[in-house]
Amino acid sequence: MKKFEKLTSAVVPLSIENIDTDQIIPARFLKATTREGFGDNLFRDWRFDSNNEPKPEFVLNNNAYKGKILVAGKNFGCGSSREHAAWAIQDYGFDVVISSFFADIFKGNALNNGLLPVQVSDGFLADIFNEVAKDPQTQLTVDLETQQVTIDATGKSESFEINPYKKSCLLNGYDDIDFILNQKDLIETYEENRPFKY
Amino acid sequence: MSKTLVEKIWDAHVVKRQEGFPDILYIDTHLIHEVTSPQAFDGLRKRGIPVFRPKQTVATADHNVPTLDQHLPIKEELSRYQVDMLTKNCKEFGVELYGLGHPYQGIVHVIGPELGITLPGKTMVCGDSHTSTHGAFGAIAFGIGTSQVEQVFATQCLLLSKPKTMKIEVNGELKKGVGAKDIILYIISKISAAGGTGYFVEFAGSAIQSLSMEARMTVCNMSIEMGARGGLIAPDETTFEYIKGREFAPKSEEWDKALAYWKTLYSDNNALFDAVLTYNAEDIEPMITYGTNPGMGIGITENIPATTAQPKSEQISYQKALDYMGFADNEPLIGKPVDYVFIGSCTNSRIEDLRAVATFVKDKRKADHVEVWIVPGSKQVEAQAKAEGIDKVFEAAGFQLREPGCSACLGMNEDKIPAGKYCVSTSNRNFEGRQGPNARTLLASPLTAAAAAVTGKITDVRELI
Repeated sequence: MKKFEKLTSAVVPLSIENIDTDQIIPARFLKATTREGFGDNLFRDWRFDSNNEPKPEFVLNNNAYKGKILVAGKNFGCGSSREHAAWAIQDYGFDVVISSFFADIFKGNALNNGLLPVQVSDGFLADIFNEVAKDPQTQLTVDLETQQVTIDATGKSESFEINPYKKSCLLNGYDDIDFILNQKDLIETYEENRPFKY
Repeated sequence: MSKTLVEKIWDAHVVKRQEGFPDILYIDTHLIHEVTSPQAFDGLRKRGIPVFRPKQTVATADHNVPTLDQHLPIKEELSRYQVDMLTKNCKEFGVELYGLGHPYQGIVHVIGPELGITLPGKTMVCGDSHTSTHGAFGAIAFGIGTSQVEQVFATQCLLLSKPKTMKIEVNGELKKGVGAKDIILYIISKISAAGGTGYFVEFAGSAIQSLSMEARMTVCNMSIEMGARGGLIAPDETTFEYIKGREFAPKSEEWDKALAYWKTLYSDNNALFDAVLTYNAEDIEPMITYGTNPGMGIGITENIPATTAQPKSEQISYQKALDYMGFADNEPLIGKPVDYVFIGSCTNSRIEDLRAVATFVKDKRKADHVEVWIVPGSKQVEAQAKAEGIDKVFEAAGFQLREPGCSACLGMNEDKIPAGKYCVSTSNRNFEGRQGPNARTLLASPLTAAAAAVTGKITDVRELI
């Protein structure tokens, strides 16, 4: 898995709430059997019209906004469990998603791929959107070690939560399978002694 | 110590609990399908490891499959490749597959229960968010991502933090024309599409207890639509009665042993939930959604809420949803024209759903301009419908009975609703483009959907029964 330590980057603002994984990557693009290439269809129906022409009003088609941090409204990633959503965001070039609330499954999927979900307060999220509206080049710094996200221009900063185990996975590039595979004996012991065997 | 049902099942499956780490949770049953498994199988190949417990893994092809001419090769190349890949992977890794053509094939959340694979007290996962359906049996069942599918393949375990618990009680008697789908759409409309996030929900109360197993599945199925990790209902006589005699259910002495254990699966009287919500069944009328998330639902006779009634920060998203749907503030939905009716999906494609629709449409006919697709949840449901003559009722009504699959719930196959068209759908999501690019979805119960099919417009089904 990809490591994550610290990132300073401009951001792409998407101030819409309840962005579901069908918007992130529509079901008709889930037919690939590898993890690569989903970035081409990230936000497909918001990004392109029915003739596959880019919609100029959509933020990913606006050259003013470039960066490795996606900032979105609350309840980001709700709906389908498709991990393709996390793959698509990462494949497009984002390393961090910031929102004031994440859906559970999306958050887990992101963490399992080294895409860092950063949950901030509603107020701090509004601050980010305001700063980016004033200056599209606004840079943020996300530091996983110290669990801080900072708006560089104003110095305004907020800390974010992350499970300590997941944090160490990201910092070191380990995944859950490496961790559990080392406990196979315990699993077999459990299977023999469990309270009720199906 | 008093425990909730979720805690009882969870604790019985903890392989290892360590301070500062998520629990290692043992998974009894892993259901897989063609869309979210290929990358996980690939992961095993890269690591050079097998599926650890292939006998606890069951596969079917559902998301991608056509619902017409299933005996012919799949026309669409990418879909065919994905389904073929599932066949190849299952063979290579020794996993049982109920693929196209198999009498047990169907939507993964329909076949688990009907085959007696879904049982009380189990932990069950699938790379699909509607895995919560199986919670209707008093199982901990939830959707996972593909990395976790690989994790379960490799170890039959998941690393997970214990979820918070919420109890949602619905008490009283449901009114005429109101069913399980209305209950769950009502709850989600009250607590929003994110209101259950972080929780595992136990549904309880007299209105829930009075539901059949299939109706309970409809309720638990949509737990994810309020953001919940999963939903479940304590098993009771209704549950045991449903399971007994099914293909893979425990038999003879095993049954007695299982039953004794299952009877211990309930939340203790004074068990503490992190949140408790209570609703009255009498307050629920037939429900329908007007927006682009399942929380945007109203009683069928209500008007669309005004944008200004929404919290300030949500007004832009709310307006965007209404624009997408072609609706305006304060409008009634009743009388709005409908183009398509889809009765199917893991929410409402079981035999009881088809029976309810058939009973309603007997001696009626669909409106001329409406296209009606009935997609049974499984080959077994399809066979049962035919055995009962339900297919003839549908034919006479102008409803098209198709073959099993996820179909127009997510439009991965060719069953798509055209841009701009309105579809009353018994599925679970009304997201933008869910049923096809720019398609407009209104979620409702099978009865409300059938009423729209007959009148050609949004209709209060209570006026027709």
